[in-house]
Amino acid sequence: MILVTVGMQLGFDRLIRAMDEIAPTLDMPVIAQTGRGRYRPINMELHNNLDAGQFEELVADSKLIVSHAGIGTVLTAQRLRKPIVLIPRQADLNEHRNDHQLATAKQLRSRPGILVAWSTNELGVTIRKSLANSTLPHVEPQASSELLNAVAGFIERGQI
Amino acid sequence: MKKVLAVASGGGHWEQLMMLRSSLDPHDVCYATTRRDMAATHGIEPVAELLDCNQHTPIRALLCLIAAIRLVLKARPSAVISTGAAPGFFCILAGRLIGAKTLWVDSVANAEQLSMCGKLSKHVAHECLTQWDHLASDTKPLFRGSVL
Repeated sequence: MILVTVGMQLGFDRLIRAMDEIAPTLDMPVIAQTGRGRYRPINMELHNNLDAGQFEELVADSKLIVSHAGIGTVLTAQRLRKPIVLIPRQADLNEHRNDHQLATAKQLRSRPGILVAWSTNELGVTIRKSLANSTLPHVEPQASSELLNAVAGFIERGQI
Repeated sequence: MKKVLAVASGGGHWEQLMMLRSSLDPHDVCYATTRRDMAATHGIEPVAELLDCNQHTPIRALLCLIAAIRLVLKARPSAVISTGAAPGFFCILAGRLIGAKTLWVDSVANAEQLSMCGKLSKHVAHECLTQWDHLASDTKPLFRGSVL
């Protein structure tokens, strides 16, 4: 199963519409969490109003996540060791208040298990590429040691 | 072992706080969030719950601030740490009132500029971290790595 998610805050109809077109060409069911989006998918099972536990069950059962470039979803996918295809929201399409998701996607694109589709045109190809080569490292994701040390030091000494 | 209040709103803020757990968990940590169900997926129970709010929800923000002050007075932490957003900032503000040391870790999602609460925290928190080197300055915010 492929899980499509747009996060909790905003709709992302460009992604949902594109995935609705691609879904029949994939060899597995596609489930979509569409948030506050208006577009109603025809070729994907719609799941909204999920609590965090139900959402994590879907992530755990999925073979691939297709998502906006939201940090929460990326970190959840890493934690449950699932490959993820990101498509960043764009401010010029009124999908977010700024282009921070483009910066996030640029930062993440070289990481194992993460591929970026820069537009909906690239989405189908990128999904097939990820499904064909979805090896993930078996390491527990955590923050950089520099950040962990800074936080630990702050708690002990009250300064960085 | 220190008494720590660690606060993050549901979603990406919370996932980032969870990435810091190996530095937090040796201490006596009180976790607070806006989404109890997200805390539960990480096995964190009990958790203090705060009302979600932002600059567009002034009434909720006021209620959240009051709840943050009550939480800090009850938990009496020596350190308050937040990865965002507004509810975490309010806990840092409340932490200052009781003399706690306070740390703001701006979300890694803010690659172009600090969040609004991040900018405010430069004046309120003892320490302020950005997760992007190019946003760092000599004092606030500092760059000390990221969750990615």
